[in-house]
Amino acid sequence: MPRSKQPWLIRTTHWANLVFLVVMAGSGLRILAAYPFLGERGRDYGWYLLQGMRPPDALTIGGWLAGARHWHFAFAWLFVANALVYGVYLFASGEWRRRLFSPRRDARNAWGTLLHDLRLRREAPPPVGLYNGMQRLTYTGVLAAAPLLVLSGLAMYKPVQLSLLTALLGGYDAARAIHLLVLAGLALFTVVHVVQVVLHPRTLAGMTVGRDLGPEERRAPRETRLPEEAP
Amino acid sequence: MSSTRRNFLSGGLRSAGLLALGGLACDGDRPHAGFLGLMENVNERFQRALFDPGRLAPELSEGEESAPEDFPAYKISRELPVAPAGWALAVRGLVARPLTLSVAELRRLPATRTRVRHHCVEGWSAVASWDGVRLAELARLAGVDRRARYVEFRSFDSGYWSSWDLESALHPQTILAYGMNGAPLQREHGAPLRLYSAVKLGYKMVKYLTEVSFLPVRTGGYWEDQGYEWFAGV
Repeated sequence: MPRSKQPWLIRTTHWANLVFLVVMAGSGLRILAAYPFLGERGRDYGWYLLQGMRPPDALTIGGWLAGARHWHFAFAWLFVANALVYGVYLFASGEWRRRLFSPRRDARNAWGTLLHDLRLRREAPPPVGLYNGMQRLTYTGVLAAAPLLVLSGLAMYKPVQLSLLTALLGGYDAARAIHLLVLAGLALFTVVHVVQVVLHPRTLAGMTVGRDLGPEERRAPRETRLPEEAP
Repeated sequence: MSSTRRNFLSGGLRSAGLLALGGLACDGDRPHAGFLGLMENVNERFQRALFDPGRLAPELSEGEESAPEDFPAYKISRELPVAPAGWALAVRGLVARPLTLSVAELRRLPATRTRVRHHCVEGWSAVASWDGVRLAELARLAGVDRRARYVEFRSFDSGYWSSWDLESALHPQTILAYGMNGAPLQREHGAPLRLYSAVKLGYKMVKYLTEVSFLPVRTGGYWEDQGYEWFAGV
């Protein structure tokens, strides 16, 4: 029997990650609202165009600064624990081979997919195994961003006890900016990710119940398809 | 309905139920309670484990000092608090020799200067230099008892107060400051005497000090009792 397209550990950690990330982002934005500027006092960063703009209340969790900080520092542990389970599984199971970007296998394919998505090329390159090159590049980028999110958060949380880490990231205020920029990058990814899922709904079923909807099933007769997969 | 979709729906309902239960245990209006309170305890252990009494915050250069108008000054009283006539600092609690010290007497004690980054709970940072006496020096003079584990700080700013773990209070960069940026401490920054430290968030640094008590049990604080984190180390 072929390996399931999305093993249960990947599915579970994926959806748990969604919950934790929403809590972290919402509480983080409420913390930002207490001082919606980047850069130290009197030396605001000129490149940050949203200086002084509070995130909308509807996007925040925790209600007030103390509540949001408690949410943030409570769920940070769950976020990290979940990520560790995923990371250990990814490498221990060998899943990383068919998921992570490998330039030899994926670079040409990623470029072709990008051209196709930009309507510069008619044919989309076929996926190589589980994903196409662009998917692998994006997912690998998101996974690489996660440690930066955690490290910049720790650098802000403990700028004295972890002063080496904080200095490595350019200081307390730089860590704060990095933390927000990585969040912005993840938010952008999530928007594209959700659009892609809407365009390819069967991936949602794959990530949820793990039913293998591989190439064999795609060739199945029309009447056995789920309605939302009809062309 | 296909079994795929049934599984999908029942899985979704289960998740939603678990989320609702989890949400009940997390109330931002009562951050010390439920799951958030439990995790505050976990985080306090983490912070205490991380805390190294010998690790100093980087001392900064004079050029890194923030302009005076860029170093905010918060108070809870409506008007700038005024020191009561004949102000003196009381050092009491579990000490062999309770002390009462005027500003002149404090200035005669071994002086220290620290210039470190200030971290506010709101997220901003700024830099100033602070002149004063190490709290560890006062603890030595007063002869703090072994049973003391916490230190409570009281003020004349409408009763603003806080309490600390002893280790952070005795850190070499925790001082009772009577000067800022080379000049006598201004009223808006807590004159005649304020607590300043490299190892805590700003709200732990009580201004307009009146009393330092060494205690066997931990108490709370003005913001801590309203829901802000008690340990608040950096």
